[in-house]
Amino acid sequence: MKAIEQHEQRQFEKKTELKEVTPKKSQKNTALGEVKISSRNINFFYGDSQALFNNNLELQKGLVTAIIGPSGCGKSTHLRILNRIFELYREQRVDGEVLLDGKNILARDMDVLELRKRVGMIFQKPTPFPMSVFDNVAYGLKMHYRVGRRELGDRVEEALKGAALWDEVKDKLRKPGMALSGGQQQRLCIARAIAVEPEVLLMDEPTSAIDPVATARIEELVESFKHKYTVAIVTHNMQQAARISDITAFFYKGEIIEVGDTRAFFTNPKNKQTEDYITGRFG
Amino acid sequence: MKMPRKQGSNASKSPLGDVLYNVFTRGAAGVVILIAIGIVFSLAGNSWPAIEKFGAHFLVDTTWNPVIFEFGALSSIAGTIVSTIIAMIIAVPLSVIIAFFLVELAHPWLSKPIGYAIELLAAVPSIIYGMWGLFVFAPFMADHIQPALQGWFGKLPLFEGPPMGIGMLSAGIILALMILPFITAVMRDVFRMVPSVVKEASFGMGSTTLETAQNVTVKYGFSGLLGAVFLGLGRAVGETMAVTFVIGNSHDISASLFAAGNTIASTLANEFTEAAEPLYMSALIELGLVLFVMTLVIQILAQWWIGRTQKKAGAGL
Repeated sequence: MKAIEQHEQRQFEKKTELKEVTPKKSQKNTALGEVKISSRNINFFYGDSQALFNNNLELQKGLVTAIIGPSGCGKSTHLRILNRIFELYREQRVDGEVLLDGKNILARDMDVLELRKRVGMIFQKPTPFPMSVFDNVAYGLKMHYRVGRRELGDRVEEALKGAALWDEVKDKLRKPGMALSGGQQQRLCIARAIAVEPEVLLMDEPTSAIDPVATARIEELVESFKHKYTVAIVTHNMQQAARISDITAFFYKGEIIEVGDTRAFFTNPKNKQTEDYITGRFG
Repeated sequence: MKMPRKQGSNASKSPLGDVLYNVFTRGAAGVVILIAIGIVFSLAGNSWPAIEKFGAHFLVDTTWNPVIFEFGALSSIAGTIVSTIIAMIIAVPLSVIIAFFLVELAHPWLSKPIGYAIELLAAVPSIIYGMWGLFVFAPFMADHIQPALQGWFGKLPLFEGPPMGIGMLSAGIILALMILPFITAVMRDVFRMVPSVVKEASFGMGSTTLETAQNVTVKYGFSGLLGAVFLGLGRAVGETMAVTFVIGNSHDISASLFAAGNTIASTLANEFTEAAEPLYMSALIELGLVLFVMTLVIQILAQWWIGRTQKKAGAGL
């Protein structure tokens, strides 16, 4: 029933006129370096077992925040709260509040569909949909905006260029997205996410399933996103965090041990546990 | 550290075992082909007298009269097709909805018992469906559903004639009930196999449940769903006992779905015991051959279609 309600509601409300697609970055209510997302006192539960303990983390606008830590420490869990994707699973539950531009997204009256348009997500494995390259990128556009045919084509091209994929796929837009290589598929997913002009990108180990060359390309891409999108990237790879992030947060056993400017974080960690982890003594 | 030697690691040194294994597996697989060829030959061979006598006319003739030895298969073929179409129209959409509900929407405490119930229904022997159809469902049809249909669509020739309860429509509905659990069970497995991360990706784009279902889940599993449909189709075409009970067993072709009809399988079940004359028997076996060819064509179509959708999607189930 809920699905149908959501759907009908969307038919009435969602399809904003295309004008709104054009981002007005300067007019957004936070400036570069200000807090875009602020998670406060987050406790997270998978059934009876608690996965996050009193987490507080701020993502700064236009910057890349890397989340590192050993497996099972709650990095992905934290990310999955920020677009409320965890809600797909009945047994998962969160306490606390997450402010996006000052508004609590965990509030009941938050429009989840709108939230997920503003906060895009890239997954560990590439997740192209079973449709053509073009339709993959157009997927969110068609859903969230009223777009004409030509406009749609332009938007798709723009998104593919933004994901540094255009040159490789411009001749195979009608080919299935799943026929691309793994690295290309991941960039296709990035194109799909940025096509709807999100403000925040959540990347959950986006390079862990692809080869080093493709990884390098995605890292370049993330760096090109600086100042454009607020990025949170979970990674197992500390070099990657050091290379591409502005701020690094270290999670351990569901708690945030240390957060800081990336350079200082890696050269001069304040916490003993952080130091042990980044010098490879555990994890 | 020295690893203990694995027992199987010197299997390559005993070629005899490999040879035996090879011969045995090949032989087992070969039996399947032999059986298939054997069926074709015995069907074709035994129906030869009828094929010789009636030729292609057999397929388009509506007369089936054992008294004057005139045999035409058209009414049986038409009945098979019509009852199958009715069954598919009812069963396929319902199966998609039920399977989707069980996998995506229902709480485990609901989806588990329903799942078991579906598996149980799939295991009920067709004779039970037939008896239930004749003694319970047909009277219900005659008393309630058929008069109602005539009330709504009285002008259509599709619903003309006395509401007897038994007939083409009843057979189609019983068939639908029988194939529903099969199609649902397979579709449920297909939906389950769609990776949750793909669905998450769709929800992550801001899709509703309905949009994710239509655009991603169903598309991802489309070839699997198609496979489920053809599985049901295959069963519906060949289903015998339940249909024989409720279809009325008449060799007339009628525009009305309320009229009695027959299918290839029901004709065979009904008349084999009566066929004393060789030509009668031969005609029945030729009916069997027609059914065999129909199933074969459906299989080939299914494979071709499934292959095509898989190519189009690039991957999937």
